[in-house]
Amino acid sequence: MSKGEVFLLDCWASPFCLRAKIALAEKGVEYEARAENLFGGKSDLLLKSNPIYKKVPVLLHDGKPLCESTIIVNYIDETWPSPPLLPSCAYERAKARFWADFIDKKVFDAVCNIWKSKGEVPETAKNEFIEILKQLEGALGEKDFFGGDSFGFVDVIAIPLTCWFYAVEKFGGFKVENECPKFSAWMNKCMQRDTVARTLPDPEKVYEFVITLRNMFGIE
Amino acid sequence: MADEVILLDFWASMFGIRVRIALAEKGIKYEYKEQDLFNKSPLLLQMNPVHKKIPVLIHNGKSVCESSIIVQYIDEVWKDKAPLLPYDPYQRAQARFWADFIDKKMYDTSRKTWATKGEEQEAAKKEFIEVLKTLGGELGDKPFFGGDNFGYVDLCLIPYYCWFYSYETFGKFSVEAECPKFIAWVTRCLQRETVAKALPDEKKVFEFVSVLREKIRVE
Repeated sequence: MSKGEVFLLDCWASPFCLRAKIALAEKGVEYEARAENLFGGKSDLLLKSNPIYKKVPVLLHDGKPLCESTIIVNYIDETWPSPPLLPSCAYERAKARFWADFIDKKVFDAVCNIWKSKGEVPETAKNEFIEILKQLEGALGEKDFFGGDSFGFVDVIAIPLTCWFYAVEKFGGFKVENECPKFSAWMNKCMQRDTVARTLPDPEKVYEFVITLRNMFGIE
Repeated sequence: MADEVILLDFWASMFGIRVRIALAEKGIKYEYKEQDLFNKSPLLLQMNPVHKKIPVLIHNGKSVCESSIIVQYIDEVWKDKAPLLPYDPYQRAQARFWADFIDKKMYDTSRKTWATKGEEQEAAKKEFIEVLKTLGGELGDKPFFGGDNFGYVDLCLIPYYCWFYSYETFGKFSVEAECPKFIAWVTRCLQRETVAKALPDEKKVFEFVSVLREKIRVE
């Protein structure tokens, strides 16, 4: 369905870009992804479209830039309302925003604390990561998705981060499946979804990318 | 059925002030419950078990946490009066972007202007002024971040103003000297009764910050 021209300034491994891609796929919106070389030099378009942070993702809708992945997903949901990602009830919407904010504040930092560790990953880093997933399990409860019966906003915000979990498991020497089986079950349900399965990169490729990053930062 | 609205808050919190302004803008009657942040109440811990922080809005027994989320909730539930966020989805996304920028940048940087010393404090002062200048750039020639009307971004930012006297005194700098346009915007906001009533006295905030500095042993 057309409603203007849509571009996404992108990096294949970025969980934040993946959020936007899944949201666009859920809405059936056609777009062009333009890969940014984050290490080789950012494009003029990126620097012009996101002068504050100079980061991906940036969504360009009819030439107008939108930055920050959670805000982009919110915008996509409001601009292409069907199928809805956020709940219709204001209270449920506030809860969804709360958990999206929690995920934004906690998950990626915890992921990075593990793969950025020199030598053996400290127990504190592993425990913190697992604790965060357990809190998310609490939010999930007995529901299939964070959105309830349907895949929704919080699921879109959370699932892309999971393609970095294989790398975290390799470095941390643990398995999410063993530590947080409910969370793992939710991951599997999401992966059965075409929009998710088609969009997320192979975790093995992400693991190789993380190794490259570690070499670049001089982490042994 | 009358709405029951309770706000768990702390008088000096810039995050709590956001919610107080939003409630006032919408003309919502609520019960204010002052919280002791050094000795958190069972109610606070029950209503915000994840972060254990204020503000918390309790609407008909259900809690909403995180100030930006609370303000958006208030705007959506009491939508017939004084809209805070723009109607247009793109403008709304821009408003959320700047509120998020304020959330990411203002608190940590401003805190360092009074909670640190020496080189760390100097760096924090520079960064704080830079943040205000960036916000000034976004404001441009508009009377408010919301355009002609006071809106979401104005509401998210103005509560910091009652802490400026503390930043300036401990950090030894003047916001007006560095960012006069910013102060012009502040003056416009303070002409609004909802804002003027919600902001505590900056000298009281200064006394509070002095106590905090002693607690964390800055000198």
